[in-house]
Amino acid sequence: MAADSTLLLSLVEEFVSGLQDSKAKDAAKGVKDGQFTVLQLVEALGLSLTSSQAPTRARGVQLLSEVLKECYGELTEREVEVLIAFYENRLKDHYVITPPVLQGLKALTKCTTLPPGSAVSMLRSLFQDVHVQSLMLTERACVYSMLINLMETREAELKGLGADFVFGFVQSMDGERDPRNLLLAFRIAKNIIDRGYDLGKFTEELFEVTSCYFPIDFTPPPNDPHGITKDELIQELRGVLTGTPKFAEFLLPLIIEKLDSDVPSAKLDSLHTLTACVSQYEHKDLAEFLEGLWTSLRREVCLDCQHHLCEPDLKLVWPSAKLLQAACCASNRASHIVAAAVMPSLIEQYNSRTQCSHRRTLLEVVQRFVQSVRTSQPSVSDESVLSAFRDALCSIVFSALSESNSSLQITATSVLISLAQQTGLLLNSDIELAVDHLTRLLLTEEDDRVSAAVVECAGALAELHPAAFITKLIPRLKKEMFSEPMAQDHTEPSQQHSHHAMRQRCLSALAAVSKQASVVQESTPVLLEVLSSAHTGGVSFSVDEVVLACRSLQRIAEQVEDTEETGQCFHSVIIPRLLSLALQAALQGDSSPGVGSPLVEAAVLSAMVPVISSSCSRLQPTLAAQTASRAVSLFLDGDVSFLPDNSFPSHIQLLKKQQKDSWSQSQMVCLLMGCVCSLPRSVEVPQIDQLLSELEEMSCSCSHQLSYTSAAKCFAGLVNKSPQGDSLDSLIQRTMKRVCSELDSASSSVRIQAFTLMIWVAKALLLRYHPLFTTLTDKLFSLLDDTDLGPMAADGFSLLMSDFTDVLNRSCHADVRIMYRQRFFSENSAKLVEGFNAATQDKKPNYLKALSNIVNKLPKQVQVTELPALLSLLLEALTCPDEGVQLSTLSCLEPVLINPPAALVQQLEALVNRLIPLICSPAMNVRIASLRCIHALSHFPVHEVLPFRARVLRALAKPLDDKKRLVRSEAVLARGEWFLLGSPGGR
Amino acid sequence: MSGGARLENANPVIFQRSGERLLTASEEDEDVHDPIDDREIFDLIRSINDPEHPLSLEELNVVEQVRVKVDDAGSTVGVEFTPTIPHCSMATLIGLSIKVKLLRSLPDRFKIDVHISPGTHASEEAVNKQLADKERVAAALENSSLLEVVNQCLSSRTM
Repeated sequence: MAADSTLLLSLVEEFVSGLQDSKAKDAAKGVKDGQFTVLQLVEALGLSLTSSQAPTRARGVQLLSEVLKECYGELTEREVEVLIAFYENRLKDHYVITPPVLQGLKALTKCTTLPPGSAVSMLRSLFQDVHVQSLMLTERACVYSMLINLMETREAELKGLGADFVFGFVQSMDGERDPRNLLLAFRIAKNIIDRGYDLGKFTEELFEVTSCYFPIDFTPPPNDPHGITKDELIQELRGVLTGTPKFAEFLLPLIIEKLDSDVPSAKLDSLHTLTACVSQYEHKDLAEFLEGLWTSLRREVCLDCQHHLCEPDLKLVWPSAKLLQAACCASNRASHIVAAAVMPSLIEQYNSRTQCSHRRTLLEVVQRFVQSVRTSQPSVSDESVLSAFRDALCSIVFSALSESNSSLQITATSVLISLAQQTGLLLNSDIELAVDHLTRLLLTEEDDRVSAAVVECAGALAELHPAAFITKLIPRLKKEMFSEPMAQDHTEPSQQHSHHAMRQRCLSALAAVSKQASVVQESTPVLLEVLSSAHTGGVSFSVDEVVLACRSLQRIAEQVEDTEETGQCFHSVIIPRLLSLALQAALQGDSSPGVGSPLVEAAVLSAMVPVISSSCSRLQPTLAAQTASRAVSLFLDGDVSFLPDNSFPSHIQLLKKQQKDSWSQSQMVCLLMGCVCSLPRSVEVPQIDQLLSELEEMSCSCSHQLSYTSAAKCFAGLVNKSPQGDSLDSLIQRTMKRVCSELDSASSSVRIQAFTLMIWVAKALLLRYHPLFTTLTDKLFSLLDDTDLGPMAADGFSLLMSDFTDVLNRSCHADVRIMYRQRFFSENSAKLVEGFNAATQDKKPNYLKALSNIVNKLPKQVQVTELPALLSLLLEALTCPDEGVQLSTLSCLEPVLINPPAALVQQLEALVNRLIPLICSPAMNVRIASLRCIHALSHFPVHEVLPFRARVLRALAKPLDDKKRLVRSEAVLARGEWFLLGSPGGR
Repeated sequence: MSGGARLENANPVIFQRSGERLLTASEEDEDVHDPIDDREIFDLIRSINDPEHPLSLEELNVVEQVRVKVDDAGSTVGVEFTPTIPHCSMATLIGLSIKVKLLRSLPDRFKIDVHISPGTHASEEAVNKQLADKERVAAALENSSLLEVVNQCLSSRTM
């Protein structure tokens, strides 16, 4: 023991006087090992601790503190009590002693044996005797650590201190500058808030002492060993500031203030902090500040964006505009505010800019704003947000429409549409002015894109504001269309051309505006008048123009709203008028051939068919039945009573064989088809048996192609809809018998007619899965070997697989089963392959063509799965000299090559070998299609195609100099991709 | 080549792309010979990607149709390109990309001349000389990292 005390004394001596710091460790070890107690150490330190020299006392306390740092866990409660009393007392000593005292106290705060009440007394002394901010960095850290330690273990006691604790802390950290200490201080503050310490009257003080660091501005020194980041500080501080709604009244003004900062990071931090706090705050916390916040935010968004909107080169105009538009969509009120802020500046900008591209950009921005205002409008809206700007916006739009720059005009039309769609925004006078502008453009504007936009705009506006179109646009267009191009014989071709183009625009505009029944009542008479003038020659219209008038009628029939009124209009006016005009033309053509009305032209009749079929397919059942019986009685019985301008002879027989093989009446059968084949299936066609037999007769005997084909299609259309049963079966069998007898007689003059009827009936039966269909396919297959009809039979497969717009489609209410193509393919592909193998060399192309016609029309998924089985045949087809076969094979290969099945990859060599010769084919389409296939090959797995690279590149050099530009551009694309294969940066 | 983290011209002016060439009836006619014209050459190079920006040379106005001259009969092509800024370090690379694109896309009868629009670049002469020198172009394309960048410029973007 004596030895120990000597040892202890020498340790103390060496540490205190000899300044050997390592002795502290030895002393601590001694205590731990039980060589001596802490009390003994204090005794040994006695002289040092009472020395008159402050540094000596400091040294003494330091030794004790360092020992405690190691051994705090082994102290008894009594010892701790004594030590705390000692240390608390030492806090009043000379300032050089304070640092080791704090170290000691910090060690003691970790003691589990801290006697009750000592934490409080420790802190009281600390707050009372120490001015923390005059301490050095490490000592300040020491104080914070003490607080943290005590908060962990003595929460209840500290809370007993009440607001004094908070006050003490506030005083301690007030003015702290070191980021490391700030992190500790923020953690304490956060604890105070989170764990519900009583803030008392010091709420604002606590907020002040922390919020003075907001927003954090800290750049860590280079090579900072502490690794504190700005972000860490920001997060910790944000945690404090947003931790309690009690801070709301202080924080929100601060955020509002900082949003005004010029420093972007400060703004950002403010916004993030705002986000964090609003998610915690309740309404009452926020209410008072909402207005200020909104102002700041709005200004923040607007100012920035407004700045970009006004930038001279408008580079950032879109991102800014989109931001603002998003804001517009948020609420009706937001759109009010944003529009009010942005519109004046946009309008002013537009008016001050002279460059068309800038003006267009601005106009596009305006359009988006108008649109976004619309999306944010509630369904029942009061005053439109934009009404304040109505005047200015209209004048901008109208001035842009008067510019010569086409993109500006186009943009203006879309702004006009958006404005018109704002309920109640535009006045009638605005609409009228708009209609005037649109009319002017329709009559004069030569640019196709502009006139397309104008037509679209007219259509959109007419749907909402029909009146102005009825009173102004339609009469004006009519007047202009019916004016003859000046002094016909002497006009320049260019003038005639522009007159034709004007009529063309007028015709499509008439169709576009006719969506509402009231407009249709006005526009369709104009179109019909075009047809009748063309027929009588009152005003000359070209065949093209007449066809366009029919197209417009068709478009109206398709788009008009389905009402009794429009149905009546088509049933009692348009369809009879069309039939009447066609009949007049046909009769005239017969009596005085050569004078030819344009209405006997096949092109015109074919254009009339869809007008009749679209309108008939949409008629109400009673009207449909009436229309059907009128048409049938006209064609079967020559009943012309329902036709207007009734001056027809009484013995009309449209379906009977005409004298001198005249076809002008017989071809009218296409109009019959348009009518009876498009009716709803519930409508019964009167005199169906007689009708079918006359159609059959006509299709098998007439020599005029349009006539016999239309008769065949009409027959097929009716067969497709006929109810299943014996009468249908016997009809089919009878017809087949007749067809076959013609086909089987090589000398027959109507083999082509018979074939046409057969293929259309086959189509009608295929669509409805009729069991007798197989009889017809067998015949069709046998015809592939026919010397004359073979190629036609091969093409027939394409007809079977295609959809038609005039007949046998779903909109004509035809019986079309789903996946009929797949069904046909799966039932017949094997037969084709068989037939191919058996065929003689000169007939093989027919089989290949038939196959590629079928495969071509299959959905891609089916192609991919079926291809492996057919691949060798298709590859064979590529070598077939027939260009049609080559082309259709290439076009079925191309889509499959984009996602090649394994079977295809294995055949790569053969594929390349067959494709390369085709890029020199005499047919341009074959060259193009083969180049596309070669292009697609470049996307095969690299290792598969790389061996062909050099060869393909060599082969592709030649078409680069092809005489056709379209071929060259395909070659360029393909060659570019093949160059990238296996090359760095390529593929 | 990567140009470091900072772009030399971070916010370039963007120009509108011209539309697709309109198809004419004569182009679809088998028997008509379509000569190679300026627009066709321009169409070859306008979609080349800029090495720095996700934009095409046309959108940056580096190439313009008026600066393309072709003589089909005489088998010569001349292209002037305009770097976005006079100190653009990418000028040579852009020129090389244009040249390579034309070499790959035109019949080999053509003599291809690619150079900087006069007065638009600080080291115009040096760049023009490099681009005109066949052997230096060939040597440049031997350099795989250079070829890689050129190929990236010539790859079709999937946007």
